[in-house]
Amino acid sequence: MEIPKTFLGYKREDGRTGTRNHVIILPVDDISNACAEAVANNIKGTIALPHSYGRLQFGADLELHFRTMIGTGKNPNVAAVIVIGIEPKWTKRIVDAIATTGKPVEGFSIEGVGDIDTIAKVSKKAQEFSIWASEKQREERPISDLWISVKCGESDTTSGLASNPTVGNLMDKLEPLGVHLCFGETSELTGAETVCEKRGKTPEAQEKFRKTWSSYNDFILKEATDDLSESQPTAGNIAGGLTTIEEKAFGNFQKIGGCKFIDVLEPAEEPTKGPGLYFMDTSSAAAECVTLQAAGGFNLHLFPTGQGNIIGNPIEPVVKLTANPLTARTMSEHIDVDVSKILSREMNLDEAGDELIKATIRVANGRLTCAEALGHKEFVMTKLYRSA
Amino acid sequence: MAGTDIIIHDEKDNVGVVVIEKITPKQDCDCWIMENDKSVKIQSMDEIPLGHKIAMTDLNEGDTILKYGHDIGKVVKSIKKGEHVHVHNVKTKKW
Repeated sequence: MEIPKTFLGYKREDGRTGTRNHVIILPVDDISNACAEAVANNIKGTIALPHSYGRLQFGADLELHFRTMIGTGKNPNVAAVIVIGIEPKWTKRIVDAIATTGKPVEGFSIEGVGDIDTIAKVSKKAQEFSIWASEKQREERPISDLWISVKCGESDTTSGLASNPTVGNLMDKLEPLGVHLCFGETSELTGAETVCEKRGKTPEAQEKFRKTWSSYNDFILKEATDDLSESQPTAGNIAGGLTTIEEKAFGNFQKIGGCKFIDVLEPAEEPTKGPGLYFMDTSSAAAECVTLQAAGGFNLHLFPTGQGNIIGNPIEPVVKLTANPLTARTMSEHIDVDVSKILSREMNLDEAGDELIKATIRVANGRLTCAEALGHKEFVMTKLYRSA
Repeated sequence: MAGTDIIIHDEKDNVGVVVIEKITPKQDCDCWIMENDKSVKIQSMDEIPLGHKIAMTDLNEGDTILKYGHDIGKVVKSIKKGEHVHVHNVKTKKW
């Protein structure tokens, strides 16, 4: 198949391209959720991104909170941003960082004003942004403006046999075209960590991966009271036939095909070394992982599932594929691409990869994913440790 | 190429994955090895559902399970060729 050289996206002020055109109302902290949700309810064409944190965090945990907030606002799938916080200082830090993209962004704080007057004030600005964004048109953009992140969930053995290798096939075909790619799930590479480390393109990338995985593993060994057998693999994984974390890891690892990663990113860190594959240090919980990848600037997500994970994200469209024929049948409203014919050998990996590329480009052009149509908007912050 | 009951990732693997809804005891199964496109046959001993693993050889306690050509855990209860391989007879080496 000849891969299209372009797709239809929204060109942003900083040169990046969005596959979506969201106006977001971003609360800095948990107590600003009510205000953000009220504004999004008032003004059509906006979405609120409520979450559970943002108060009394400190150190690396606070920095991750800021990186996630700022990265979400900077993501090219977002046309304009309103930031609402309880107090002005942290709010301003987020607004100023998002403003470097050149996109419209405005911050508001609630202290000394109260919810009701804040909601009125913010609604006026949100209406202005929503109407402004509604005139943005899709235009032809190079395929290299796709930034694709991947993560699998509710995996079973069909993931390792077929749906993850299908994603790997897509990576092998899109990497030479200058697409940015990202995989994560530090914990679920356990068992395949030495094989994964060798996929670093440079000794520096390999070293960084080794340190990242070891630090995660030390944490697990410190905190684990048992052998994690209740958590990894999950009950869903075991029902699907996965027996050990090592088996899950080697299945997981099929998603990167034959690609080598050029750098290891902190959670929610934006890649800066040009096109190619990146590894991001993330949790393996679906919503946390995709939230971090979206904050890293990725504009389209591929999500292979075995037993049927249903996750979506508010700003990054999540395309789901499965090779499990039972899941494709019983959970069809969640599955964008069915590659179960690989198991019956009526379809080969090359054909499946082409099908996934076609679906990816249609979604990049604006086709709603199953998760978008169902209203899945899981925005979940990663928290590193308890607050002060 | 319909008619494959079990897929094996790598020639070195000592387990295969059931890819039909289930296999039943004493069923003669067709297996396909992905890595080298070879076909082999095996008779099952157990009922094994879709996605679950079957032992391609006799395995003793302490043996290593190979899948994708890699170590994915150890045998904790001996397994006969054709039997179901899962959490009741295999454990991780990690934790």
